[in-house]
Amino acid sequence: MSELRELYQEVILDHNRNPRNFGQLRPHSHHANGHNPLCGDKLELFLDVVDGVIKDIKFTGSGCAISTSSASLMTQFLKGKSIAETRIYFDHFHDLVTGKGLSDEDLDDLGKLAVFAGVQEFPARVKCASLSWHTLMNALDTTKHIAQTEN
Amino acid sequence: MIDINKVRSNFPILHTEVHGKALVYADNAASTQKPQSVIDSSSELYAKNYANIHRGVHQLSQRSTALYEGARATVRAFINAGDVKEIVFVRGATEAINLVASSYLEPVLQANDQILISEMEHHSNIIPWQMLAERKGAELKIIPLLESGDLDFTKLPQLLNSKVKLVAITHMSNSLGTINDLTTLIDQAHALDIPVLVDGAQSIAHFPVDVQSLDSDFFVFSGHKIYGPTGIGVLHAKEKYLENMQPYQGGGDMILNVSFEKTEFNDIPYKFEAGTPNIAGAIGMATALDYVSDLGLSAIDQYERELLAYATEQFQAIDGLKIIGLAENKGSIISFIMEGIHPHDVGTIMDMEGVAVRTGHHCTQPVMDCYNIPATTRVSLSFYNTKAEIDIIARAIRKVKELMG
Repeated sequence: MSELRELYQEVILDHNRNPRNFGQLRPHSHHANGHNPLCGDKLELFLDVVDGVIKDIKFTGSGCAISTSSASLMTQFLKGKSIAETRIYFDHFHDLVTGKGLSDEDLDDLGKLAVFAGVQEFPARVKCASLSWHTLMNALDTTKHIAQTEN
Repeated sequence: MIDINKVRSNFPILHTEVHGKALVYADNAASTQKPQSVIDSSSELYAKNYANIHRGVHQLSQRSTALYEGARATVRAFINAGDVKEIVFVRGATEAINLVASSYLEPVLQANDQILISEMEHHSNIIPWQMLAERKGAELKIIPLLESGDLDFTKLPQLLNSKVKLVAITHMSNSLGTINDLTTLIDQAHALDIPVLVDGAQSIAHFPVDVQSLDSDFFVFSGHKIYGPTGIGVLHAKEKYLENMQPYQGGGDMILNVSFEKTEFNDIPYKFEAGTPNIAGAIGMATALDYVSDLGLSAIDQYERELLAYATEQFQAIDGLKIIGLAENKGSIISFIMEGIHPHDVGTIMDMEGVAVRTGHHCTQPVMDCYNIPATTRVSLSFYNTKAEIDIIARAIRKVKELMG
């Protein structure tokens, strides 16, 4: 049960019930769809990037508590961050949920996102936590439109 | 009567633990666990009787061949097919359907012809037909699904016509549990000379199947869903169809004579079994069929119907839980959704309680679309499950609510 509490922390449940930055963003500069065919999670992500900085970011879609709260917390976290920083945070978040081990400094940098550390005990749920981040990378890399999560 | 303690003692995995809790295995529609006799059958074969089949004059090859062909005879008897010639070993139900699509339907299907399936099919009984229809410019027609979980067979008169070249339909839905009474459909199709393929992937393990009284032209199932090994399954086809069908794959064992000018194909069913087959799989599957026959399909059916009734009652008593698919005639499968809680979260939390269930679309996305839901949690029960386990499952569902509420 403690592992479950670790996974479904209050912050995660709260963002699942009341996702922040939920809705479409128009106009936007970047956009991508994410899909996890295994569980049917669907996500649509909109970004407004000005001078290399994320001015605004929103998402819509449906998914489990982990994927919804991850998208919600990600959008809160990334507002005001630069694209260059974002790519580094992607790597750090990925290391966090796959249990690769992060330095204390890198973990501090992730702020509230650290609540997703519990995911590493649930390998089947890594895809849920990382769907929004993969979708983000695809939105920034405009040549791709449907995000794939790792296998 | 099922002697539940004896039955459970035959399945070693049922006595293991998951996350420190006794395993409650309720994902039987995805795959079933194996009794000791099936587990032992492959080691017995490899330790004492193994060689390639249909080849050698030596003793081991003869023994191996006898066991493999004995397995075919066991399958024939199990589904009461008219002749062993009508039993083709394949990798599973999926390959059987693809075989019928390629070897039977493709040569006869013309542009603007139709293939009739239903809205509750598993993807494996949709995609092979869809791919073929696209290649040929033919059309896929659908028997619609009703809210109750039943198919709307009142639409049959419009759907069945001379353009239809094959009907492919499930005997029992893997996501809803609905058992389809196919008698009228098959009669009406046959009146128009349309062959019917019945997907028995689920039905085979839950109630007696007699392909002669069912009068299916093609009947398919997988070994692993009836307590046998993976990678082995069966295509039953009426002799009149098999005789005229093209081979599925070319290779060894499916020929009588080969020269560079011409190859003379082997007799049925060998014409459809190119290459060294899954010998251990076929023998293991026959061992599983023997096990199930010893228990008796009628006894299994009765026991599982009691479990289903009990589980349905227990689950319906849980606030915010809605069962998807409440057809009158159902096998022991319960799909459900919970208000405000995604099935994926339900599955993870139940897993931590030792309960193995399937969450997702169950390879039936059109069914999910019909109910306008992305996914369900599915509890699928077997004759080795108990009412006490259903109580554990119900408690696990309540825990989900507690944690996510």
